[in-house]
Amino acid sequence: MKYVDEYRDGRLAKGIAATIVREADPQRLYHFMEFCGGHTHAISRYGLEDLLPENVRMIHGPGCPVCVLPIARLEMAIECAQRPNVTLCTYGDLMRVPGSHGSSLLKAKAAGADIRMIYSTLDAIRIAEREPNREVVFFAIGFETTTPPTALAIRAAAKKKLANFSILCNHVLTPAAIQSILQSPEVRELGSVRIDGFIGPAHVSTVIGLQPYRFFAEEFQKPVVVAGFEPLDVAQAILMLVRQINEGRHEVENQYVRAVTEFGNEKAQAEVAEVFELRESFEWRGLGQVPYGALRLRPAYQGFDAEKRFALVAKPAEDNPACECGAILRGVKKPRDCKLFGTVCTPDTPMGSCMVSPEGACSAHWTYGRFRETTKAAPQRRSVA
Amino acid sequence: MSVQQPIRRKLDVKNGRVDLSHGAGGRAMGQLIEDIFHAAFDNDWLRAGNDQSAFDVEAGRMVMTTDGYVVSPIFFPGGDIGSLAVHGTINDIAMAGARPLYLSASFFIEEGFPLADLQRIAASMGEASREAGVPIITGDTKVVERGKADGVFISTAGVGVEPPGLRLSSDAARPGDFVVLSGTIGDHGVAVMSKRENLEFETQILSDSAALHGLVATMVAVGGAGIRVMRDPTRGGLAATLNEFAHQSRVGFAIEEEAIPVRPEVAAACEFLGLDPLNVANEGKLVAILAPDVVEATLKAMKAHPLGADAAVIGRVVEDPNFFVEMRTSFGGGRIVDWLSGEQLPRIC
Amino acid sequence: MCLAIPVQVSEILPDDMAKVSLDGVTKTISTALVEDLKVGDYVVLHVGYALAKIDPEEAERTLALLASAGVAA
Repeated sequence: MKYVDEYRDGRLAKGIAATIVREADPQRLYHFMEFCGGHTHAISRYGLEDLLPENVRMIHGPGCPVCVLPIARLEMAIECAQRPNVTLCTYGDLMRVPGSHGSSLLKAKAAGADIRMIYSTLDAIRIAEREPNREVVFFAIGFETTTPPTALAIRAAAKKKLANFSILCNHVLTPAAIQSILQSPEVRELGSVRIDGFIGPAHVSTVIGLQPYRFFAEEFQKPVVVAGFEPLDVAQAILMLVRQINEGRHEVENQYVRAVTEFGNEKAQAEVAEVFELRESFEWRGLGQVPYGALRLRPAYQGFDAEKRFALVAKPAEDNPACECGAILRGVKKPRDCKLFGTVCTPDTPMGSCMVSPEGACSAHWTYGRFRETTKAAPQRRSVA
Repeated sequence: MSVQQPIRRKLDVKNGRVDLSHGAGGRAMGQLIEDIFHAAFDNDWLRAGNDQSAFDVEAGRMVMTTDGYVVSPIFFPGGDIGSLAVHGTINDIAMAGARPLYLSASFFIEEGFPLADLQRIAASMGEASREAGVPIITGDTKVVERGKADGVFISTAGVGVEPPGLRLSSDAARPGDFVVLSGTIGDHGVAVMSKRENLEFETQILSDSAALHGLVATMVAVGGAGIRVMRDPTRGGLAATLNEFAHQSRVGFAIEEEAIPVRPEVAAACEFLGLDPLNVANEGKLVAILAPDVVEATLKAMKAHPLGADAAVIGRVVEDPNFFVEMRTSFGGGRIVDWLSGEQLPRIC
Repeated sequence: MCLAIPVQVSEILPDDMAKVSLDGVTKTISTALVEDLKVGDYVVLHVGYALAKIDPEEAERTLALLASAGVAA
């Protein structure tokens, strides 16, 4: 596969890994957070961490929109799907996310709700057109990569005057999440989570460009390297981060030059700006209330807002008290630190979203990495100021 | 003067549909069975028209299996529910190293199912059965109300006979044994998915549905008791089969990703859907655990057979108290290969 | 939610749609978010939409960098 296989080449991997080993200063630790769930998955699936030296470690971040979806919003979707005449369209990833009391979209479907798994918002629009007697609700989630397709669906619905189409909007924003992590007490004050740099998301960046990361690099003095999706891309980005740390730089660099430009996809950004506006605040699972971290429909498009159309209300719902998804999303804990991991909580019986989403840290670790010994104790070394 | 016989109208295969009278046990059912099933499967047993069929038992241990087929869509690139039923049942017998002898087939047909489709399925089964040399000697037909069966479900049983001295068993794998795969993985699952609604993508991939007893016979002739166990990786794919072996034999596996044959188109389709070929169903492949001293000869015999041309050693059995299936990725790092949980949903994320 | 794959445009269709392929597997997708697409171009595909064009020169440069990074003593 062109533009895929070349970036998975094991021989090149050996070379890059050797260079990282050579250039990483044995006297210091390098802790990098890969923000994007897709990177978490790639790192686990290819066993990238096996090729890194001991003192270069990856921290899994909250860039998995399934993982950060609060239970209350999922319950809203399940409730909506159970209303008469509603056809709820959703991406496959959401089907097995556990809500409260063991509920899920998959279980609601088995009980008779008309819930349909789709590949693209194009499919949802098609269903609305083909079945004018059904109320078609699209369960919209995702970061900036996935928001433009939703925006286009709204525009298409408006143009076609589809009265039976609406969306349940849970789109979230990457910079706000990064900010929230960098400002969290564990990172800023307590120093219990040491983050020396970020691997920036691949496809979010094709949309938003490099601009939005410059603020973090400057304000928090942390380097950011935007990396492509394949394991060699991630490896190269890690090398670039190691070099920045060694040279005392904190810049935004672009490893994914073949698809990411300085300003990103301005057409996509314009479509999103036309249809959506910022929510003042939105709850993220694990991060709590995040200011200006999520989107809702603009007044002109509120006719397509399922929350209003069906008067949906988010009922407060709590996570299983023993579930450590929140801490894991912030990089404060690792999957093995959670009492439920691997015993009560497995991909077959997920307790939290980190386990059910294939990109969640717990799922990735369980599915690909649990054969490794439990985390070695963090060595006492000089931290990067 | 002889009594007048009612005119027996031919079944309107072109436009007709199955209705409840075809399951009622009367003339209509008899006609359906004869014109559709007996015509396609044609053999002495069925012509005798009994509710059961008898055969002489050979010396040796008998092997029996049963299976259900509910594949959707019913017709897919490279096969259909009928040929799949024949191949799958034969393969279950063959995986014991046994020679398949006879099949039975039960049909649960939904009211309204087109007769043309039923005939197509029957013809396909008949052809698969003849090609494999394993006749369908008895069967049953039921018709259920509209909405109570997804078109048609098929249930089968098969009997065969084990070669003397061969006792394959899933608890027989030993550290040091070799893991051999007969060919490319993921073909069947991708072919079926390509026809599912909402996942529409176009591809030339065909299901690999095939009867493996010929390949197995060549393997048994060469490898004999050096074959510990064989299994066809159907639902759950290669990952499920290896994990089953690991737990049943209480061992681990060390697999090389580079050694596992996958067609480029299948790899590409899996990329589209966010699936791992290791979890995708196969219907014409087998995994065998072989003792070290028979590997070379058995592999050679497999490669000489049309259904084993792409056969390869993909790993070794190792000691592992955790029974993990560990794989070295093409990238060089390690990961485990686990059962997939629940239904395989295409990943978007 | 980043799963996106590089695919090649094999046919431009009306209404901002196109046929794309990856190793012989083809799909019809929306190109409403990218401009000036030609048959033969590669795009990043995500949930049925092309998000960006892949720059073949930059791709080569990346591979060259990857190869040389492993070589330097």
